[in-house]
Amino acid sequence: MPPATVTAAHPAVDDPGRRRSGSSLWRLRGYLRPYVGTLVLMGSTATAGVFVALAIPLTIREIIDGPITAGDSSGIWPLGLLALGLGVVEALLILIRRWVQARAVLGVETAIRRDLYAKLDQLPMAFHAHWQSGQLLSRVTTDLSTIRRFSGFGMLFLVINIVQMIVTVALLLRLYWPLGLVVAIAVVPVVWLSRSFERRYVVVSRKVQDQQGDVASQVEESALGIRVIRSFGRQQLAYDTFDADARRLYRSSVGKVRLAARFWTFLEVIPNLALALVLLLGAVAVGQGDLTPGTLVAFITLLLSLVWPVAALGVILSMMQEAMTASDRVVEIFDTVPTIVGGDRELTDPRGRLRFEGVGFHFPDEHNPDAGADTLHDIDLDVSPGETLAVVGATGSGKTTLTALVPRLLDVTAGRVTIDGVDVRDLTLPSLRRVVATAFEEPTLFSMSARENLTLGRPDASEADVCEALEVAQATFVHELPWGLDTRIGEQGMSLSGGQRQRLALARAVLSRPRILVLDDTLSALDVHTEALVETALRAVLSDATGIVVAHRASTVLLADKVALLQAGTITAVGTHSELLATVPAYYELLAGDADSAVDAAAEPASDLAEAGTQR
Amino acid sequence: MRAQDPPAERAAAVHRAADWRGVAAESQDDVTTRASVLLRDRSRRLLGSLLRPHRRALGLVGLVVLVENAARLSIPFLVKEGIDEGIPPMQAGEGSRVLVTITGIVLVSVLVQAVARQAFLAMSGAIGQDVLLELRRRLFQHFQRLSPAFHDRYTSGRVISRQTSDVDAIDEMLDTGFDGLVNAALTLVGTAVLLLVLDLKLGLVALASFPFLLWLTGWFRRESAVAYRRTRETVAAVIVHFVESMTGIRAVQAFRREQRNEEIFDEVNDDFRDANMRAFRLVGLFMPGIKLIGNVTIAVVLVYGAYRTFNGAVTIGVLAAFLIYLRQFFEPMQEISQFYNTFQSASAALEKLSGVLEEQPGVAEPALPVPLPEPEGTVCFDEVLFAYVADRPVLADLDLVIPAGQTLAVVGATGAGKTTIAKLASRFYDPTAGRVTLDGVDLRDLDEPTLRRAVVMVTQENFIFAGTVGDNIRFGRPGAGDAEVVAAARAIGAHEFIADLPDGYSTRVESRGDRLSAGQRQLVAFARAFLADPAVLILDEATSSLDVPSERLVQRALRTILSRRTAIIIAHRLSTVEIADRVLVLEDGKVVEDGSPGDLIGTEGGRYARLHQAWAHSLA
Repeated sequence: MPPATVTAAHPAVDDPGRRRSGSSLWRLRGYLRPYVGTLVLMGSTATAGVFVALAIPLTIREIIDGPITAGDSSGIWPLGLLALGLGVVEALLILIRRWVQARAVLGVETAIRRDLYAKLDQLPMAFHAHWQSGQLLSRVTTDLSTIRRFSGFGMLFLVINIVQMIVTVALLLRLYWPLGLVVAIAVVPVVWLSRSFERRYVVVSRKVQDQQGDVASQVEESALGIRVIRSFGRQQLAYDTFDADARRLYRSSVGKVRLAARFWTFLEVIPNLALALVLLLGAVAVGQGDLTPGTLVAFITLLLSLVWPVAALGVILSMMQEAMTASDRVVEIFDTVPTIVGGDRELTDPRGRLRFEGVGFHFPDEHNPDAGADTLHDIDLDVSPGETLAVVGATGSGKTTLTALVPRLLDVTAGRVTIDGVDVRDLTLPSLRRVVATAFEEPTLFSMSARENLTLGRPDASEADVCEALEVAQATFVHELPWGLDTRIGEQGMSLSGGQRQRLALARAVLSRPRILVLDDTLSALDVHTEALVETALRAVLSDATGIVVAHRASTVLLADKVALLQAGTITAVGTHSELLATVPAYYELLAGDADSAVDAAAEPASDLAEAGTQR
Repeated sequence: MRAQDPPAERAAAVHRAADWRGVAAESQDDVTTRASVLLRDRSRRLLGSLLRPHRRALGLVGLVVLVENAARLSIPFLVKEGIDEGIPPMQAGEGSRVLVTITGIVLVSVLVQAVARQAFLAMSGAIGQDVLLELRRRLFQHFQRLSPAFHDRYTSGRVISRQTSDVDAIDEMLDTGFDGLVNAALTLVGTAVLLLVLDLKLGLVALASFPFLLWLTGWFRRESAVAYRRTRETVAAVIVHFVESMTGIRAVQAFRREQRNEEIFDEVNDDFRDANMRAFRLVGLFMPGIKLIGNVTIAVVLVYGAYRTFNGAVTIGVLAAFLIYLRQFFEPMQEISQFYNTFQSASAALEKLSGVLEEQPGVAEPALPVPLPEPEGTVCFDEVLFAYVADRPVLADLDLVIPAGQTLAVVGATGAGKTTIAKLASRFYDPTAGRVTLDGVDLRDLDEPTLRRAVVMVTQENFIFAGTVGDNIRFGRPGAGDAEVVAAARAIGAHEFIADLPDGYSTRVESRGDRLSAGQRQLVAFARAFLADPAVLILDEATSSLDVPSERLVQRALRTILSRRTAIIIAHRLSTVEIADRVLVLEDGKVVEDGSPGDLIGTEGGRYARLHQAWAHSLA
């Protein structure tokens, strides 16, 4: 992998913009290595192209000053054929360059994108919590195409255009130095001005881009919140907010258009002005016999061929700057050190004894106002093989964090978690995550076939295994989808209800046959009837495996052999459901509300319950 | 999505089954991106309606662009005059008066060109931005007006991309492509005419290149349409896979999915590269192709022109003018390939936008709205039939009277039609047959402001807008003062937690309310509804995701909210039902039990009683 050059190590999120411009781009040079031959070919064809392009006006000069002036028709053919030959060669050189260029620049882009993706896949949850997927996406798309444009096009023409400018100006000076001087002097301010224009343009473009982002957020909010907006009849309010942003964007965009209008006009007018000047001075020189007509025509043609390289130089320089910024953003990800890396031990034939020993955790997040406050502290738990533990606690008490520590989606900041006595940090990640499977409350479904989604943790699962897991999770609805297990689900496919999604996530976890099964409030979106069916089926699964069940409802707690009560980041009580109900008031408060109301509701109409509720 | 498929397709589906992608019905988007460059009627209508207000300005722009091109095209002609008419007098010793005059005219031309060009770019750019603003506004208002039924079907993702990436595609075209297109067209015509005027025979020889040019451009246009579509498809696959892996990274890592994911990413990434390669190589053929045609033309013109100088038919000046014209002509032709994609994506975007703008709201505004100044809140379902799909009614002949002030709970299994009742009562949908009335007035006869003042629905979505917590509550009644907002929060029991936030009511919450817990979002949503003070409040599974203490808090809040107003509560947790005056048990779209909770629990063998028992048992 080329990022052998990428070794510096510091967390990306900590220091934006520390890097010196340009060095990141230089560090990505390794990706060009496989294409060195191609690059040489590109460079040489481009250089040859410059000289061929210059030779054409000179041939024209020869025709005008030779055969035409002399009235010698026999001299036309050889020179005409030369012009034709040069023209064909020029086109051929361009063809070759563009043909090989495609493979090289796209190869570089594809390789960087692949490595970025692989890197991001390894980076831990803590990293992903900081970065929105949109920001990461813009790195693998926009930033990479910026780098591609520069490495395939900008870099080459930065050199070629400078070569062409120098050679052409030298040629013009040689053809007739006073005119050549005029052109040479005109080039400098054009490059400088186009660069400064381009800079201002970049600033304005950024502003427009930001405001486009604002408008997009308004659009997004109004699309996602459409039901609330409709429900309250607030279309006008939503429109007014949107319109304010849309008008701001309009004003900036018009400003941008004006600036661009000046810029492009300037670029077109300068060569025409030079043309007028050359015509005047050149014609005078021809009149005085200092210059031949053929040279004047060649001069004008050469001058016109100079327009693009000069004008483009400013654009290319900005392109370079953008590529530097883009590569900073890309290298930033390569530089991020994965904080969760596997150990070297494998668990062969795990029994599934899970222990938390003095475990503490806090998020390493300086943006968090509660920084330093422990999410979890002093947690001691011991779950025997085959035993199921329910974790109960109020919203925000840290239940999900607790479960994430087992498969090392997060790492403990104090104490340790062990499986069969081995610290989870000593295990290789694949081995650890083969032992532990989690069904999350908010299930993630990918836009792939239902089968691919189910076999996430066990790609070799047989048809029978899949069907069995679907049975357990009461997710047999999958068979009724239009293409059964091959139906694409997720965002880009068949849409499923929250309950269906949860059941699929459950089936996925069950299918991977873990020694330790973590159910993170997996049943919350199911209706009472389905929940009861799932629980019955789960009992069988949980009798074999060690289970951690996060629960809000008494019915789910009943799946467990014992219950741990999580309060303010630590375990305050462990026992069976009925023990805790009887002896721990806080537990009773959390779970018994339901049961009590039910009993009361059976006896009394609703109105009395209000008081019963407030008295507790 | 289609629910069923013919056997042939199923066979094809099985064939593709090995694919991780899975099979899905083709979405409408894919079909419409096949829009050809020739705009369809629909797009043309939209474009026409957007441009019509700018008719006069467009006329002016047209005039300016003609002037600009005339000035630009006059310059090589003037070079010819300078060489042919300016030089001989000087050689004859008659001074440089003619040459200076001609140079003067060139300078004027350059000046005219500069002024006209800048005016053209600024004016056309401003019109473009006007059109964009109008388009953005229209789209936004249109999506706001379209019924929730449309949004359910169309999904928010597509609503967003219509208003962002599609509009951006048109913006991009106006930004870069429009100017090039207009100039290429005018240069084509102008150059052809001028060449023929300068010298008919030499002109005809030069114009002999046009058929080749047109053929090459036509080929490129066809091929790149295909290549372009392929790049769009493959980049979409890259983006989808990337975003899903990153947002689902927890599942990816927990299930050791990294390697398989990288394989899949390699596949889509390589597909994208190959598609891009093809597009690049098309340009790689097209550009040198144009160059070749241009260079060959120049060589031929040079040789033939040289011959024609011998009999005096062509002067050196004419030859020079020809060479400059041909250069000016072929250079921009190469660039057509650069903005062709922009043009293509803009026309595809326009096609999609025009389609969506012609979509009619499923629930229409009444022509003659009935006023309802002080709604009491009596809701009636009168022989209501409702079906999402014809012949498969979700509700059949529902008759239901909810007296003003009553709290009605609707329970039943998933798919029994509970949510449909909520959607009909809030007129998110209109009944297929029968009618829903408020205080005796058909909901279809109430205008939007009246209806929304009277009826508010709170769903489990609890959408929180970016802004302050206070603003989010005030959304219920935009004119409300701070004191009223606080009073509403207090009434609901949300004041305590809001006051504990870093900036109290001024605490900023991100879009979708990431800073607030599910229970807190719920409370804000209730405060919002309380502030709106509707006569009828509908809660559609609004409390399903809460833990017991939060739910208890919300139950208490509900008692405050529901007193003195009509309420319909859809719930699958029976704990929510306890505060109802009346319970409706639905099964397959029919009311199977209807009564007070106490009565229903007491009904031996009743469905609600059984449901309740099972539930109570699970808690024991």
